[in-house]
Amino acid sequence: MEQVHLNIDGKDILTTSDRTILEAARENGIRIPSLCNEQRMEPYGACRICLVEVEGARGLLPACYTTVTDGMVVHTATEELIRIRRTILELILSDHPKDCMTCESTGSCELQDLAYEYGVKDARFRGEEHHYEVLADNPLIERDYDKCILCGRCIRICREVQGVGVYDFVNRGFDSVPGIPYDKPMMESPCEFCGQCVSTCPTGAITSIPSKGKGRSWQVEKVRTTCAYCGCGCQLDLHVREGEIVEVSSPLMVGPGQGNLCVKGRYGYSFVQHEDRLTTPLVRKGGDLVPAAWEEALGMVANHIREAMDDEGPDSVAFLSSARCTNEENYLLMKLARAVVGTNNVDHCARL
Amino acid sequence: MSTGGKNKLVLGYGTCGIAAGATAVKDALENELATGKYDAYLDIAGCMGFCFREPIVEVTDPDGRSVIYGDLSPKRVSRLLEAVAGGEVIEDWVVRRSDEPGAGEGDFLANQHRIVLRNCGNINPESIEEYISTGGYEAARKALTSMTPEELIDEVGKSGIRGRGGAGFPTGTKWGFARKAKGEQKYLVCNADEGDPGAFMDRSVLEGDPHAVIEGMIVAGYAIGATQAYIYCRAEYPLALKRLDIAIAACHEWGYLGQGIFGTDWDFDIKIKKGAGAFVCGEETALIASIEGKRGMPRPRPPFPANEGLWGKPTNINNVETLAAIPWIIANGGDRYASVGTEKSKGTKVFCLAGKVRRSGLAEVPMGYTLRQVIFDVGGGVREGKEFKAVQMGGPSGGCLPASLLDTLVDYDAITATGAIMGSGGMIVADSSTCMVDLARYFLSFTQEESCGKCVPCRIGTKRMLEILARICSGEGEPEDLERLDILAGDIKAGSLCALGGTAPNPVLTTLKYFRNEYEDHILRKKCTAGVCPALITLHIQEDICTGCGACAKICPVEAISGEKKEPHAIDADTCIRCKLCLSRCPEEAIYAE
Amino acid sequence: MDDKGCECKQRFADPDNQEPLLGILERYAGEKGALIPLLQDTQEAYGYLDEKIMRALAKGAGYQLSQVYGVATFYTQFRLEPIGEHLIRVCHGTACHVAGAELISEEISNFLGVKDGQTTPDMKFTLESVMCVGACSLSPIMIVDEDTHGKLKPANVRKVLKKYRGGNGEKEE
Repeated sequence: MEQVHLNIDGKDILTTSDRTILEAARENGIRIPSLCNEQRMEPYGACRICLVEVEGARGLLPACYTTVTDGMVVHTATEELIRIRRTILELILSDHPKDCMTCESTGSCELQDLAYEYGVKDARFRGEEHHYEVLADNPLIERDYDKCILCGRCIRICREVQGVGVYDFVNRGFDSVPGIPYDKPMMESPCEFCGQCVSTCPTGAITSIPSKGKGRSWQVEKVRTTCAYCGCGCQLDLHVREGEIVEVSSPLMVGPGQGNLCVKGRYGYSFVQHEDRLTTPLVRKGGDLVPAAWEEALGMVANHIREAMDDEGPDSVAFLSSARCTNEENYLLMKLARAVVGTNNVDHCARL
Repeated sequence: MSTGGKNKLVLGYGTCGIAAGATAVKDALENELATGKYDAYLDIAGCMGFCFREPIVEVTDPDGRSVIYGDLSPKRVSRLLEAVAGGEVIEDWVVRRSDEPGAGEGDFLANQHRIVLRNCGNINPESIEEYISTGGYEAARKALTSMTPEELIDEVGKSGIRGRGGAGFPTGTKWGFARKAKGEQKYLVCNADEGDPGAFMDRSVLEGDPHAVIEGMIVAGYAIGATQAYIYCRAEYPLALKRLDIAIAACHEWGYLGQGIFGTDWDFDIKIKKGAGAFVCGEETALIASIEGKRGMPRPRPPFPANEGLWGKPTNINNVETLAAIPWIIANGGDRYASVGTEKSKGTKVFCLAGKVRRSGLAEVPMGYTLRQVIFDVGGGVREGKEFKAVQMGGPSGGCLPASLLDTLVDYDAITATGAIMGSGGMIVADSSTCMVDLARYFLSFTQEESCGKCVPCRIGTKRMLEILARICSGEGEPEDLERLDILAGDIKAGSLCALGGTAPNPVLTTLKYFRNEYEDHILRKKCTAGVCPALITLHIQEDICTGCGACAKICPVEAISGEKKEPHAIDADTCIRCKLCLSRCPEEAIYAE
Repeated sequence: MDDKGCECKQRFADPDNQEPLLGILERYAGEKGALIPLLQDTQEAYGYLDEKIMRALAKGAGYQLSQVYGVATFYTQFRLEPIGEHLIRVCHGTACHVAGAELISEEISNFLGVKDGQTTPDMKFTLESVMCVGACSLSPIMIVDEDTHGKLKPANVRKVLKKYRGGNGEKEE
């Protein structure tokens, strides 16, 4: 990888030759708008919002797709570029519902943000609009193709990152949609309901059903935590509104998951506030399980272990740990078994 | 040409000939000749270029004199053979005769300069021997046995030839990029996805002289260092595909393709890939995606295919016409090729003349000809003596040029300066009965239909442009629509991902520039002066011509025409849906649109 | 044309019969990027790309179904529905357009009662618009099965089509 000097909007930048113009700009605090680009996938170059002018190049170039070269001089906000961005946004809006008032994505919609920033009101170019049926054929993911801008992010994340390939573009041109073959319900597709498509959709075209109507992005507090389902340690942002978790997302390019989640991490949060969830230990007294204090419960466990060891030796005791504990917790349990109790009878639920 | 002491009959057997009934003529000729009554034999050839007189037979007598006859039919076959046997010439059917260049349509050929089409119509495209007898494969042999790849690239560079697919990028330079690209495996692709409506040069070359293309590919492959090549050809060209199959098989037999070709240690092979119906696959990166088995959606460049092409490997893509010229350039030298043409556009260009031109067909002219020379001297001017209105060049990516620009030179830069493009070579001539707004709408409907949908400007922009044009054609245009078209056209051109979108507005921009009055007629006066746009015309029957035969009334789907038998009929304008069926039915041409 | 009527009944394999598909899969086994030729050959064998066959093709050739479906719906050559006995293709190239191809299509639609891309309920005709077939000097053109009908007039369309209508190619009138 070579070092590259370039100039973006008058600012001299030193970066490496593997960077795209968009990356180099963002790393240096220059914002170039984009719609079809997302860090988790390969660049695509479709929406044309990130077009920039590169001196000496034939035509305008997509910043997301073009790698930097030494001596490059880039302009990201010329009059022409702003005019084209505005036209592109107007064109998108000419085939897009105007129901931001009730749209699930309001506040977290990249299209809405750009329309706002560029002061675009859909006025000049009217014409045929698509009216597809809203598809809520499963409990988790809703698709509203009227709001699709055909950026292909859902298709790409499903294929490139997940390796599943639920969607591909169906048909061609104005009438293409990121569809499921033969318009089958998601339940009949290979979908694993990881919700990655939801996480990358820049508009309200693919949304999570469980979060519907439960809170705007500015109404929730994001609480960072580590996913408790397995040892990967994916970072979660719990979207909490008035003490209730209404949605789970993962911060982009942070932690081991880099913003990716599986079905459990994204949708398996209802247990947190479920009425069946145990909030204190239970101790069996006279055949009934009754709530107890931790001290009492742990004391009881310790006593039983000691009794068993005294009667039958350490190997009469076995420890079973959980995939939902952290590595550190599992390590400590192992230490307890081998060093304190003196047995190698340690196992883990994932092996069962 | 030696005919072996007999009369040689060569039937034009390309798609145009077959579509005009050449198969029935062939059957009839074979049947007659099988009787043994005639001292003649039959061969086939590709398109001779005289599409307007198909089916065509060229008769060459033992002395080498040739007469080309047109408008043949099975019924005319015996008359033809009798004339051949009697050494007689049937003047009325003559298209061209070698001993009287002025006869028939002789000047159609006389005004051409044939390099790419050198063999088209002259040899049997299904016979490698005939190709070899014209000096075929000598250029490839020379290239592989006595020239280095760098020398070849130099020679092609010297010829000045530019990509004939439309963009006009210098071929030598392109080869140089691919040669210099790092990579063990490189690929060569022949782009035969001729999708422009109104263009059939590549089809004619592949049908008429497939070996010229293959030979060009052998040279190109060696020059850039590619051992594997593909021909990406439209599935809509079954005959071209068949002849390519035959030609490739023959090359394997002769050791011109395969391992160690021409006795050298160079391996080279060609695979055919059939297109599946997507105009956008003519674009290089979409074509590559299609060969890889994907949806034919383009990707941005850079990286260019020369560095990252097919399966990520360096790939060089050339058009059929470009490749067919290569053997001639290697055999005759780049300098000789460069001696034809203008300063920046060298050699010749093949055009497909169609539309309202008198001689619609295939013509190859030197660069530097004027459009007037092509359309009038070669093409014979406008049909039925009507007035020339426009020529559409470059298909959906091109533009419409008015009579005032007829002296524009056939030259990449001169044509680009007008707003049209050289394109692949389609030339559609329009007369007063062609509505320029409708023509612009037609091209937009084509590009909109063919847009892959990847980028916003092309996907939605062309749709909105088409809607505006349709509105104008249906009489609902507003004065502001012209400004909207201008804005959209500019931003689509600058903002689209590939050349499909990048050139899609050209037909609109050029008609707005040169035929703005027609737009204004449609919008302000609600008139279509060409009588094309149904919402803006009324149909009338000329009383003095109408014989009252009733044919129009019979065919009218809405019973809008009435009249007594043998009395002039009349059309009720309120009922009429302006489908113009009556107009095409009237034997007296008494019906007109206004 | 006389034998065409009966020929077409058997011209395509039944989608329940996977044998032709297996042969095609074998032909392209191990070939890189062969999805389009696979689909082309399959369509040639079955006349169209039936859902059952598409699923088997995806599985057999190791593609995600979405990919196969995406490709099949991108290219105009591929058909997901069976076609009629006779395929009418009306050329809409520039030369044909200028010569009135739209009127030809309209007249066929009027006559058959189907729109572009549709098949008549009796499965006799499928009507398609195609882009330039490259026989511009004969414009306007209509191709029925393998026969080209050039220099057409809207008024003659019915006459030409009636020839194909009868079961044995006989005129119906």
